[in-house]
Amino acid sequence: MATPIDLHEVTEREREEQFRTPLRVKVCNSTSCASAGSGAVLQAVRELAEGELGNTVAVSQTGCMGLCSGGPLMRVEQRGGGQHDYHIVTPIAAERIVRNHADHGTPTADYLLDTSMPFFARQQRIVLANGGVIDPDRVESYVAHGGYAALAKALTTMTPDEVLEQVRLSRIRGRGGAGYPTANKWALLAAAPGPVKYIVANGDEGDPGAFMDRTIMEDDPHRLLEGMALAAYATGAHHAYIYVRAEYPRAVERLDRAIKVARRNRLLGRRILETDFDLDIEIRIGAGAFVCGEETALLASIEGRRGTPRLRPPYPTERGLFGAPTMINNVETLANIAPIVANGGEWFAAIGTEGSTGTKVFALAGDIVNTGLIEVPMGTTLRDIVEEIGGGIAGGHTFKAAQTGGPSGGCIPSRYLDTPVDYDSLRALGSIMGSGGLIVMDDRKRMPDVAKYFMEFSRDESCGKCVPCRTGTVQLHHLLDKIASGDGSRRDLRDLEHLCAVVRDTSLCGLGQTAPNPVLSTLQYFRAEYDALISTTESSDA
Amino acid sequence: MPERQPTVTIAIDGIDVEAIQGETVLQCARRHQVDIPSLCFLEGLSTMGGCRLCVVEIAEDPRLRPACATTVAADMEVTTESPRLRAYRRSILELLFAEGNHVCAVCVSNGSCELQDVAVRCGMDHVRYQLQSPRRHVDASHPKYVFDPNRCILCTRCVRVCDEIEGAHVWDVAHRGHGAELVTELHRPWGESTSCTWCGKCVAACPTGSLSYQGSSVGEMRHVPNMITWLVAARERGEWTEPEARR
Repeated sequence: MATPIDLHEVTEREREEQFRTPLRVKVCNSTSCASAGSGAVLQAVRELAEGELGNTVAVSQTGCMGLCSGGPLMRVEQRGGGQHDYHIVTPIAAERIVRNHADHGTPTADYLLDTSMPFFARQQRIVLANGGVIDPDRVESYVAHGGYAALAKALTTMTPDEVLEQVRLSRIRGRGGAGYPTANKWALLAAAPGPVKYIVANGDEGDPGAFMDRTIMEDDPHRLLEGMALAAYATGAHHAYIYVRAEYPRAVERLDRAIKVARRNRLLGRRILETDFDLDIEIRIGAGAFVCGEETALLASIEGRRGTPRLRPPYPTERGLFGAPTMINNVETLANIAPIVANGGEWFAAIGTEGSTGTKVFALAGDIVNTGLIEVPMGTTLRDIVEEIGGGIAGGHTFKAAQTGGPSGGCIPSRYLDTPVDYDSLRALGSIMGSGGLIVMDDRKRMPDVAKYFMEFSRDESCGKCVPCRTGTVQLHHLLDKIASGDGSRRDLRDLEHLCAVVRDTSLCGLGQTAPNPVLSTLQYFRAEYDALISTTESSDA
Repeated sequence: MPERQPTVTIAIDGIDVEAIQGETVLQCARRHQVDIPSLCFLEGLSTMGGCRLCVVEIAEDPRLRPACATTVAADMEVTTESPRLRAYRRSILELLFAEGNHVCAVCVSNGSCELQDVAVRCGMDHVRYQLQSPRRHVDASHPKYVFDPNRCILCTRCVRVCDEIEGAHVWDVAHRGHGAELVTELHRPWGESTSCTWCGKCVAACPTGSLSYQGSSVGEMRHVPNMITWLVAARERGEWTEPEARR
C-alpha cells in the first residue's frame, strides 16, 4: 500500500534543499526550447556542475517560461535572492554563464534577458505560474510551490458543494473555445444519478499554432491532475480520463509519470490523502483526428470507436462515456481549478472582465517580434498583446490582422486593435476566443490565401459524417483556390458566400458550423482583396 | 387497441397537429402527410443525422434543427419550408451530386432512387459546384450483390441495418472527410466476406443505386427500404402489416 505524501514535510525538505547550494540553474526543457537545443544545454550545465564546480550548483529542468522565440532559456538563481534569465543559450554560452556566476558572482551581459520588458511585465501568470519554477517530473517540486494544497483543503475542510460553489463564484468559462460556464457543467454532472460518472480532460489541442494545453500537460502535469481530482470530488465522479493527442509524446510521458507518482503518494487511487475519496485517472491517446476535440467524437474515440461526432442531445452529462454521465473540461480550464479553490472564487472573479473572468493563455505566433506563450487577464486589448507583449511587427512591416480561434475563428483587422479580448467581444467581431491560438499577420499576407489555408485544414479534418461539412468544405476550398489564383468570377464569389451560410447553418457539429468563419470574417473586413482578384475576370461571369 | 399514448400539440407550417410525446418532428410530420426531405433517416434504424436535408426552423431557436433527431415539445412551432430552407436543401443536394458520379441515365436505380426523388422534389435542376468525378472501383465480387461506391452518399443505412438488424456488421466507414468510404469487413472484397449472411437488407435499405442485385440493368433495380421498417415493427411490436412496395 502506498504511503500518503506529507505535503508539509515535503515542502520543508524542498525549501531546505533550495539553500543547500549557492547557485541553482534551471533550463527550460519544454518542447519549443528542446527543439532549439535545450537538451544539450542541460547536459553541458550538468556535466559542469557535477565535475569542475563540485556541489556548488544544483541543476534542474523546468517548464516553459514563455518567450519561445528566445529559446533555449535558462534561469540562474542565487542563494539569498537574485535571479537572472538568459536567452538563446548555447551549451558553450551556458558553461560561461554558470562559471561567471560561480566564480565571480556576476551575470553574463550578452545573453541576459531583460525581464522588465513588457513581454514579462504585462503578463499575469496563474495557469503558467509554475513555468520556469518547478521541475515537471518531480511531484515534490510541485508540492513545494503550493501543489495539492487545494486538494488537501477541499478533501478535509470542504464539502463537494462548497468546492462547486467556489467554481461558481469564480465565474470561469470553458477555455476550450465556446466559453460555456464551467460551474453549470459541473452542476449538471453533480446532479446526474450515479454511481458511475466520468470526468474527461480534453487535451486534443489541434488548432494550427496553438500549444497552451500541451505546455500545461508537459510542464505542470500535477496541476492538471489536481484540477481533475477537485472536479471529481465536487461532482461525485471516481473515474477520469485524460485524452491527449498522439502528437504530444512528451505530454503523454510526463502525465504518465505524474499519474504513477501521484498514485504512489496517495494523491490518486484509493483513499486519497487518507480521506474517503477515490479517484483513478487514465490516459487515452488520440489517433490524429482534429475532430476528436469535439466532445462527442472524443468520447467515441475513448470508447474505441471511430471518432465521429454524434447528435446532441443527449448531452454527455446525461449520457456520455459508456452510457454514463460524463463531463468534459478543457485542460486549461482544469488547470485553473486548484488556484480557484486555494484562493477562493471571488479572487478569480476579480481578475479579467465582468463577462470573462480570470486570465487566458495565448500562443502568440506569426509575424511578430516575441513569439511564445503568454498569459494575460481577460480584457487585455489586442493592441497590448500585439504591440506591447508581442513587441510589435517584425521586420519593419505593419499590422494587418490577428487571427484567433484557429480554423474556427476569424481575422480581426487593425481598426479593432483596441478591443478588449474576451469571449463576447471576439464573437461580436465574427471571430471566437477559441482555445487561444493568436496568429499575427503583417501587410504582406493576402487574406484569401489565409482563408484558403484554414479551409484546407477544415476540409482535411472533417470526419465525413455530415454532407455539408464533408463536401461543402471541398467546394469552399475549390472556390477559394480559384479566386485566390485570379480565376474567380463574381458568380464564384456569390456561390462562396452562399455555401458558407449552408455549411455554417446545417453542419452537424462545431467543426463544420465554424469552418466558414475564416472566410466570412475575411470577406467582412477585407472584401476589397477578394474583389480585386475578381475584377479582371468579370467577362467570365456568365 | 394499444393504450393511447400521451400527446402534445405542435404547429407544423402554421397548422396545429397532434404529436405523440417522445416522437421526433420528422415522425410527426410524416404521420400528418407533411413531407420533409431526408435521405439518411430510415424508420426502424438508429438516427444518424448526417444528410442534413431534414433541417427545419423552430420558433425562438436561432439554429436549424434536424427534424429526424429533434423530439417534439408542447407548443413547438416548426417551419419545414422557407426560402432559406429550400435554398439550403438544394445546395446540399448539389453537393451530393457533385461529390459522386450520379448519372441517372445509366443507373440501375433510375426510377427507384430516393436521391433522385428528393432532387426532383426540391427542384434541384442543375449543379453549381465543381463535379469531383471521383474514380472509385466497383465491387462486384459478391455472388448476389454489387456495390458501386460512385453512387454512395454515405448515409450509412447499410452500416446500421447490417449492424443493428442483421447483427453481422459487415459494413463500416473507413477514412475521414472527403476520403471517407464504405468498406466491407476490414476493406476486403465483399465476395470474400465471411461475415456477410447474404440477407440483402443493405440492398433493400440503400437509397441510391450504390447497392444493387447482380444482373440488374439500367432502371431495373427496386429498393424496398420499407421492408426494414416493417421488419422492425414486426420484431419489436408484433405488428405484421404489409410493407408498401416502392413503385
